[in-house]
Amino acid sequence: MSFRKYLVLAAIVLFGSFGDICLSYAMKQVGPQSATDLPHIIGLVFTPWVALGTLLLIGFFASYMSALSWADLTYVLPATGMGYVLLALMARFLLHEQVSMTRWIGILLVSVGVAVVTRGPALTPARPEAEDGD
Amino acid sequence: MSAIGTWSAIAVVVASSTAGDVLTARAMKEVGDVGALYRQKGLGAVFRAVVTNGYFAAGITSMAVSFFSLLVALSWADVSLVGPAAASLTFIANAFAAKSFLKEDVNQRRWTAALLVACGVALLAY
Repeated sequence: MSFRKYLVLAAIVLFGSFGDICLSYAMKQVGPQSATDLPHIIGLVFTPWVALGTLLLIGFFASYMSALSWADLTYVLPATGMGYVLLALMARFLLHEQVSMTRWIGILLVSVGVAVVTRGPALTPARPEAEDGD
Repeated sequence: MSAIGTWSAIAVVVASSTAGDVLTARAMKEVGDVGALYRQKGLGAVFRAVVTNGYFAAGITSMAVSFFSLLVALSWADVSLVGPAAASLTFIANAFAAKSFLKEDVNQRRWTAALLVACGVALLAY
């Protein structure tokens, strides 16, 4: 797999994690919202942190779709599981949250899972036409 | 909400999320490598090829159903149960669905990775 494709997988992880962090930060700033106050909720999209989070999540979706065009779903999903690890590490080192032993074990399991899947091929080889009728 | 109700809601989230992933993956397999398409025909051609694909529309619809069913599930049960349960079960359901509907080669390596990531994600909630 080319370096460019690893960059796309990294973009999925980074855009997704930072997009979630931006939206989470934004919604903590504005506090609880009423689901019935639609104009106000739509207006939130134009606030800086929600706008940035939305842009990052659009970047996440574009990278995700791009990866699915040249790799299997069962490769892309585990390979981008590092996003969960990144979120936990950011919570620990940026937001200074406590990370329990159970959570560290979770981080280890996800990391091993990512290492296992990324050492294999990204795409199932296309089957010859003759085998399609099997 | 009873445990049956909560797990039924989680099952709907997992099923619709898996359908969304499989349908969009099918759409992108039909479109082909978007990097190559972009170099040959430009960004407009990539955009048209994706948004005019029927599987893509169905995938987006399924993802919308998943999002709203997640909101319902979260109103019935704690996020500490719904979040990790839905995320980790979706990894497993996707492996089954990709093997059945996308004919992907879900070998021992991929099953191992899916199970490790699913267990890891579940533990991250605690």
